[in-house]
Order: sequence, then structure tokens, then C-alpha cells
Amino acid sequence: MTDSPTIWTKHFAAAGDQMIFMGAFFRNIFRSGFEWNELIRQSYIIGYKSFSLVGITGFILGFVLTLQSEPTLKAFGAESFVPSMVAISVIREIGPVIIALICAGKISSSIGAELGSMKVSEQIDAMEVSGANPVQYLVVTRILASIIMIPLLTLMADALAMLGGFAASNISNEVNIQLYFSKAFSALGFADLIPAVSKTIFFGFAIGFVGCYKGYNSDRGTESVGVAANSAVVSASLWIIVLDAIAVQLTSVFAYN
Amino acid sequence: MIQNRESLANKVSVGSKEAVVSIRNLKKSFGSKHVLSDINMDLFKGENLVVLGKSGTGKSVAIKCMVGLLTQESGSLKIFGKEVKDLSEEDLKSLRIKVGFLFQSAALYDSMSVEQNLEFPLTRVLKMTDKNEIRHRIEELLEGVGLLDAIDKMPSDLSGGMRKRVGLARTLIMKPEIMLYDEPTTGLDPITSREISELILEMQRKYHTSSVIITHDMACARITADRMLVMSNGEFMAEGNYEQLENGPNELVRSFFK
Repeated sequence: MTDSPTIWTKHFAAAGDQMIFMGAFFRNIFRSGFEWNELIRQSYIIGYKSFSLVGITGFILGFVLTLQSEPTLKAFGAESFVPSMVAISVIREIGPVIIALICAGKISSSIGAELGSMKVSEQIDAMEVSGANPVQYLVVTRILASIIMIPLLTLMADALAMLGGFAASNISNEVNIQLYFSKAFSALGFADLIPAVSKTIFFGFAIGFVGCYKGYNSDRGTESVGVAANSAVVSASLWIIVLDAIAVQLTSVFAYN
Repeated sequence: MIQNRESLANKVSVGSKEAVVSIRNLKKSFGSKHVLSDINMDLFKGENLVVLGKSGTGKSVAIKCMVGLLTQESGSLKIFGKEVKDLSEEDLKSLRIKVGFLFQSAALYDSMSVEQNLEFPLTRVLKMTDKNEIRHRIEELLEGVGLLDAIDKMPSDLSGGMRKRVGLARTLIMKPEIMLYDEPTTGLDPITSREISELILEMQRKYHTSSVIITHDMACARITADRMLVMSNGEFMAEGNYEQLENGPNELVRSFFK
């Protein structure tokens, strides 16, 4: 009981710190001297270098989902609904969330570790004392790159998941590719695609923001680099789950009614 | 080495006695730990002030307060007559351009080459755009520290001494009026350590800086110091030049020179 005020104070202080950091991010987006080159470099690192991991994950996601659902639907004589079911479940929900969680593990931890080690080796302090703006150079570019690249990676993974679904369908039956994709896309509308893509923008923000916050505010010891990377993954994953719950609720109210 | 020091010691006149940094009753704590208890010091224009002290006595904290990386709890810290804690964000940025800081680890940006490290403050802070002028300034500084050949290397390809030299060049490229050195020779072998110490003097002569050098390396102190302060338990306990402190009455101070 005696510890409660301290714990709550700590949590409120951390929440306040995050709000201040978020404020610094938004203020620095619009400051002069935007780091376009660094944004492109970070987009390359976050996007291109996650391409294979996300691509393989997406393909296997569609492949496994088809293999798992096909026998059940077959029992009801609804085998022809497999492409539609895979398309809806992957594009609406599974694709964005799984890819965001994969990216939280890869990108958020990488940003947390990188900025954490820059903090430990006093590189962030060196930028600050030189009169440069480390938030503009390090934080704004990484968060914006995440916001841009996570939706693109998710779209690519969704497309590969559909391809994976087609490959799995072809194991047991010979399915025409045009028929498969025609069946898949006939079940989809903008009401599925727009909320799904919109929420990946927020997932991208969460992945970039949490990684930057944890790394930028890590302690001075070398151990804190690992702590920053680890807590970035945990917090970003939690943010993604919470944001997804909110997005699904909002979508069911506004898009599907 | 003494000869070398004496020849270089005629470097700067401290006669003008114009204080560029003035600290009065500075206090700083981290939680319940009092790191700076009551600091009073002046840095005069053109002088090299060496601050000696055991590890953990608050030397680095004092110079981090000078550039606004840490904020003091109480007391006054004026640089060029301006109270640092009262400066606006823009004024603090302007001050930082005039005050160079060489970190203990050199703090080179790992993801950038040596050239990009030196270019960073020129394009971001001084907003220089002329590629030729930038290149000329980088080459001039790297030549000054004897590392022109390393211009395209990455920090990971450099030795400890080379990193310190590049760090010094990156700081001096802003043409600061005050230089703060945080243990510039720590972790270096005696020969490289002496080279860095002599480079500090050489750069001071060339760029006419006033410097605070935090160290517990007596060889570095001997080469660079015009005046020395000895710090213990968050306070300055002795002041004088190298010889005065070496032969002074305080046993703790003399123990640094053994």
C-alpha cells in the first residue's frame, strides 16, 4: 500500500514524458531544415531491409491459413469461399496486425538499440552541444519513415499472402489464378481496405515512436541498450494490440454499418 | 616534455583577466547524492584551466552544466556574462556554437564517415551550403589534426587516438571561443596521450580558445595547464599552477603528482 503512490507517480511521470516527447516530435516536423536525406535513408533501412522478412511472413500466412481452413470449409461444401475468406481475414485483420508485430520486433527494437547506444556513447549529447537538433535528425526521420513504410510493407505482405493462399489451394486442386483472385477480390470493398490501411499508419507511428522514445531516453550504462531494445518491442507490441482493438471498434461502428 | 611545455607555454597571455566563464556557488545533486556542493571558479580569456580530481568527484558534471546538458540546482553559471539557465532555446543554441565540447569517448557519429562527421555541424548549425567551402574547411581541420588521409574512413576504422583527433577537429570546425575537454587522454597509451595534449595546445594557439580541461592524467595537466584547480567531494580544494600544487602543503593534492 505504501508503495502505491510511488508506482503511480512513476507511471504518470512516464506518461507525461511520452507526451512531451510526442510534442517535440510534432513541433520538429514543421521546423525549417527538414532532414530529407535522412528520411530517405531511414525509409530504405526500415522498408527495403524488412522486405524479405515481411514478404516471407505474408506468403506463409496466406499459405497456412488456406491449408488450415480448406478442410473445414470443404466439409460444408463451401470450398469455393476459401479465396474470399483468406482475402477478408488477411486484409482486414491478420495481415496488418501480424506484420505490425513482426515490425515491432525488427524495427522498434533496432531503433531502440541504435538510439540507446548513441545515448550511451554520448553521440546524442554531442549533437545537442554542437547546436544541432537531434530530435529533428534522429527522431522525426525515424518515426516518419515508419509511418510511411509500415503501410507499404503491409500491403505487400497482403498481396503475398493472397499468393500464398493461391499456392496452397493448388496443392490439392488445380485452381485457375484468375478465378482465384476474382473470387478473392469480389469479397473485398473499400470499406475493408481503407480502415485496414489507415490503422497501419497508426501502427507505424507506434513502432517508430516507441523505439525512438525508449532509445532516446535510455540510461547511460551499456546494459540500458538491451533494456531499451527489449522494452521497445514489448511496448510497441502492446500499443499495436490496443490500437487494433480501438480500430476494430471504430471500423465496426463507422464502416460496416 | 617540460621543455616542450615551456616552449608551448608562452602561447597565450592570461594577463587580460577577462572572465569568459564565471561560476558562483554552483550546486547539483542527483537524487540524494550531492555531486557539486559549492563550486566557484572563473575561466579567463585565453587560458587553459585544468580541473583535476578523482573519478566521480563531479568534474564532468560541472562542464556539462556549462553547456546546458545538465541544469544546476542553485548558484550562478555565466558564460560571456549570460546566465546559462535563463537562456532561451535559441540563445542556448547560439551559446553552444561558441562553446566546443570534446567528449571522453569523442562521440563520433557511428553511421557517418569522418567527412560527414565534420560536415554535420556546418550544414545543420551554420547552415553552410557551398560544397567547396565546406570541403576546404574540413580538409583544413583534418590536416591540422594530422588525419587528412582518414577523411573517407568510418569511425569504426579509427583507433582511440584517431577518434579523439577527429572529435577535436569536429569541435573546432565551429570555431568555438571556449573549449571544454572531458578527459581527453583517458584510455590512450602514454605516447598518443602526449600527442593529444600537445595537439590541444597547438589548436589553442591556432584558434585562440579558452579551455577547461578535465583530467586525472598528470602528463596531460603538465603539458596543457596555465592554471589548475583540484576538485574533491564536489568542491575545489586547491588552486595554482603545476609546480605550486606539486610542492604545496596539501597531502591529497600532492598525491596526484606521485
